[in-house]
Amino acid sequence: MKPAPFRYAAAQSLEHALALKAEAGEEARFLAGGQSLIPAMNFRLAQPAMLIDLNPLDDLDYITVDNGALRIGARTRYSRVEHCAEVARWQPLLAEVLPNIAHPQIRNRGTLCGNLSNADPASELPAVMLAAGARMHAHSAGGDRWIAAADFFINLFETALQPDEMLVEIELPALPARSGTCFIEVARRPGDYAMAGVAASLTLDANGRCGSASIALCNAGPTPMAAAAAAQLLIGGVLDAEAIAAAAAQAQEEVEPNGNVHCTADYQRHLAGVLTRRALTSAAARARQGTSA
Amino acid sequence: MSSSDFEHEVKLSLTVNGRRYTRTVEPRMLLADFLRHELGLTGTHVGCEHGVCGACTVQFDGEPARSCLTFAVQAQGHAISTVESLAGGPGKLSVLQEAFRECHGLQCGYCTPGILMTMQAYLAQHPDPTEAEVREALSGNLCRCTGYQHIVDAVLLAAKNLRAGAAA
Amino acid sequence: MSTRYFGQPVKRNEDARLLTGSALFVDDVELSGMLHAAFLRSPHAHAKIISIDVEAAKARPGVIAIYTAEDLGDYWQHGPLLVPPPPVPGIVFNLRTQVPLAKGVTRHVGEPVVLVIAESRYIAEDAVGDIYIDWEALPVAAELEAAARPDAPRVYPDIPGNVAAHAHQKRGDYGRAAKDAHVTIKRRFTYDHGCSQPMETRGVVAQWDNKADKLTIWDTTQAPVAIRNGMAAMLGLSERQVRVIAPFIGGGFGPKIMMFYPEEVLIPWVAIQLNTPVKWIEDRAEHFFATTHERGQIHDAEMAIDKEGKIIGIKDVFLHDTGAYDPYGLTVPINSQCTLLGPYVVPHYDSMFTAVFTNKTLVTPYRGAGRQHGVFVMERLLDIAAREIGITPAEIRRRNFIAPDAFPYNHGIIYQDFTELTYDSGNYEPILDQVLATIGYEKFLAEEQPRLRAEGKCVGIAVVCYVEGTGIGPYEGAKVQVQASGKVSVVTGIGTQGQGHFTSFAQIVADACGVDVTNVEVITGDTDAFYWGAGTFASRGAVVAGNAIGQAAGLVRQKILATAAEHFECAETDLIIENGKVSLNGVPGHSITLGELAGMANPMRGAVAPGTEPGLEATSYFGPPMGATASGAHAMIVEVDPETMMVEIKRYAVAHDCGVVINPLIVEGQVQGGVAQGIGNAFFEDLVYNDEGQLLNASLADYLLPSSMDVPRMEMTHTVTPSPLNPLGIKGVGEAGAIPVGPLFAQALEDALQLPKRGVELLDIPLSPSKLWELARNA
Repeated sequence: MKPAPFRYAAAQSLEHALALKAEAGEEARFLAGGQSLIPAMNFRLAQPAMLIDLNPLDDLDYITVDNGALRIGARTRYSRVEHCAEVARWQPLLAEVLPNIAHPQIRNRGTLCGNLSNADPASELPAVMLAAGARMHAHSAGGDRWIAAADFFINLFETALQPDEMLVEIELPALPARSGTCFIEVARRPGDYAMAGVAASLTLDANGRCGSASIALCNAGPTPMAAAAAAQLLIGGVLDAEAIAAAAAQAQEEVEPNGNVHCTADYQRHLAGVLTRRALTSAAARARQGTSA
Repeated sequence: MSSSDFEHEVKLSLTVNGRRYTRTVEPRMLLADFLRHELGLTGTHVGCEHGVCGACTVQFDGEPARSCLTFAVQAQGHAISTVESLAGGPGKLSVLQEAFRECHGLQCGYCTPGILMTMQAYLAQHPDPTEAEVREALSGNLCRCTGYQHIVDAVLLAAKNLRAGAAA
Repeated sequence: MSTRYFGQPVKRNEDARLLTGSALFVDDVELSGMLHAAFLRSPHAHAKIISIDVEAAKARPGVIAIYTAEDLGDYWQHGPLLVPPPPVPGIVFNLRTQVPLAKGVTRHVGEPVVLVIAESRYIAEDAVGDIYIDWEALPVAAELEAAARPDAPRVYPDIPGNVAAHAHQKRGDYGRAAKDAHVTIKRRFTYDHGCSQPMETRGVVAQWDNKADKLTIWDTTQAPVAIRNGMAAMLGLSERQVRVIAPFIGGGFGPKIMMFYPEEVLIPWVAIQLNTPVKWIEDRAEHFFATTHERGQIHDAEMAIDKEGKIIGIKDVFLHDTGAYDPYGLTVPINSQCTLLGPYVVPHYDSMFTAVFTNKTLVTPYRGAGRQHGVFVMERLLDIAAREIGITPAEIRRRNFIAPDAFPYNHGIIYQDFTELTYDSGNYEPILDQVLATIGYEKFLAEEQPRLRAEGKCVGIAVVCYVEGTGIGPYEGAKVQVQASGKVSVVTGIGTQGQGHFTSFAQIVADACGVDVTNVEVITGDTDAFYWGAGTFASRGAVVAGNAIGQAAGLVRQKILATAAEHFECAETDLIIENGKVSLNGVPGHSITLGELAGMANPMRGAVAPGTEPGLEATSYFGPPMGATASGAHAMIVEVDPETMMVEIKRYAVAHDCGVVINPLIVEGQVQGGVAQGIGNAFFEDLVYNDEGQLLNASLADYLLPSSMDVPRMEMTHTVTPSPLNPLGIKGVGEAGAIPVGPLFAQALEDALQLPKRGVELLDIPLSPSKLWELARNA
């Protein structure tokens, strides 16, 4: 289980990294935390000819808050986000999901942008990006663009990024007042990929009815799965047990789980319903209490 | 800036257990292999090479990390600590190591260095953990021999002894 | 002799080395010029090898040599039969053993086909990728029951139905006795594959020393002496020319004693061919295919009971998956057949099994070694019987125990050690009482469970019992020697994989020779240090080697006393041995150290008296007539989330009896570790194969070893029923914890979810949340 040979360049600057990528194209991959890429390389499932190491780019290690909107850089590791009080305050959904991702040793190295670029639908983070309405900031040597999370995840391990592009930062919009969020998952062991997981975000209007809702699930299809119709069911209504149960039932219909060695697809679909109900119930309670998580 | 920026071999300088090393390595060499076979620091053990078992855990700038999921070249200019650094001298054991001996916190001992590197860093941040917290902190290190109970006991004892030492 | 250390929770002598990273494991061996091996392994479960092209691999810089089966010449041989089948009348046994490199055909995924030797493991793996093999896929016998059909694809063309073995053992006349049954229960039980996954994979390093004309092998084996003997024979060397070192081993659990793994056979041979040291370290991906597996049985079992819930008899017909080869004979299915009987009186027993070849990795003993499967069948049958009669699971077990005055108790069938299955000693009811008291069984059933159920919680309780045959022969030996330094050394032939031998053996010697336990140096796993031995398996190290060491230490004690008596010109009875000195009783100031006595026993001048030997040393051997039977009971309380079927273990209690205990700390550790593996086996670990014989979860991300959050704190009690079969009175404990956990989960989960009321029974292991949900929803 040793990786195949590759050529290596330590990026000296973002511009340098992008120029190298523009030149090398798909033969090169960016190396951030490496916590998904290196195991794949050790199994020789991934054999990139070249790696562009982003770890020297200290200036991409940041968390900024602007009126409650968070921006997180490409070199920012999970553990920094996990332990950031500002994140817990402004984006509790992100704070809540992080302890579910692998183990502290992995979170000390892995980066959010690396995870999202890998687009593993079993991973928790892409679903959280959908539920939070995040935007992804892609750069290339030729310029930059913003991609909505909903447009970013194309398929299994496939994103909207072009071969010369790099996910340089993500932006999570400010959570409005009267909002509540929740992430909940069922995994075989703590730290494993979830058999099913749900990220939910709810905002109440001035009358205490549901003003906006978003629900996204992990390990429920080829991409993180937004349960848009389920969320739509809630809008304008009172977030009572009945409404939540109806939305959960709808979410269960919207997912496309495949089953795996740990569980059947039917069980995953069942979990999607149960966990959606639980996540919405918690999120609604938090929204009512004014504590978002 | 051109494809010549991509190298087949890299001159690597880093600090391991406080000592400076410079070696030329292939970029694909895993940090675990570099420590074990280039530097002879065989106390770091390799269990799975895909980041699950935790046997190869070292501290990267003081933070626990999987040395099987890190290329040696990524440690350029950084400081690595391994189990060999813990005891503080021949014939000595650290408070944590001594607690493992006291509580029979190891059997075959293969996973132990990774657990020590994880929990040493954890206790430095969390001096008074509960049993549940210790179990959570340990969950990224698999042990196939002990059933964890004596490891948990050892970490709790070490925490107590470290607190007593700090108070004294 | 005082017992200052024996029986005490002595801290381990070996820990300092392990804790500081200075203990030597096989992969730590670095030799000048050492080369590295990697294997091309079969990607197919069953395929013909049409051609192999290694030219591109040979041309890769850094590649030193490449070997296929053809390149091995006469060295290519089938492996030996490790354990012959026991003398069961009418037994059928078809021997098919593994080969060093597949020739013409491969029979399981991961079977080695080409060996690459290169300057580094990295390059060797690159070269494996350069090799091209033209394969012709063959039909696959994968699933056990399908493989046993007469028209199944054949693993061996000459064996229809893939029958590896067939054995029928009987006691009494089940058919006739069952006619009087109050109730007869018949069910199908399956117990699927799992594997041991020690944190250290296997590895071999070999060095041929031309000048010394000697081969040294570092091997992660549990049986260094047997490896030495086998390798010497295969390589045409004398045993003295081969030294096998099994240094610190990172867990074994059984599969590290499969003789001979292909890599074990090849690496020393290559080191001689190339006259260069060679290292092969199995990686985790290889380990999933190349190291042996276990479990894999389907039982159709029937139990007849009378109206009091007493067992009249059991009939069991089962299939056993032995994988592609069967070098280990019938150890696993015989253990299943025998251990099923447990601590119970079974007047009529009729058990028949067929071992079946499949295109899967070999099945050889792994911690429990077939016992889990048998215990699962018996304990589940008892649970169902208890429901039929309307008594608790605890009560039906109590009613069927072998009485304490019935020992030695002969079950009248043949065990894996070829003797009649006879329990040396035991007292089962106190064990059950203890575990019930610890868990609060009656109170839970009467008060807590009704209250919690009223709150909507799904809580369940379970209790199961088991026995374990331990400490079988043939023998082990040991040499104990007082060094000039005053320290005492012990050498023995077994290997050690974390069981604490450096301490438990030292405790035995420290008491006999009157030294501090830290002044006893235990040397195991080096064939140059001790010539004879069988190995560490079947929970036998402490029993068999421990008693040999006890005997040798007793003889050394006699020599110490004799030498000191001569020195002091006194009677031996006037002497006291303690603290590394021999003192004259009641005469202060008159003492001599053991080191000084060792010097006197090895005079530089004068003469050693005729008929005596120099030095204070003795060698002794111990071979028990049969195994010592340990026993225990486990109890557990669980809570299940009825929607997700996630399980939380709220309490876990163990009561066990492994005879006289040398070191309770080590015993606790063994039991706790065993339970953790049992929990994995019952609820987390599952080797998932498809119909093509492909293993679908060959990584530690998908083969789920329990973590610190999955294994609960265990509450443990002991009883002591000494074994009459050895002077120390001890029984083995290595496997006990792992054995009964499957049926414990099944009983507890059934109770928590009240499944039997819904017509659902848990008859298959391993379980999982998904499987529970699928079963429950079909209720």
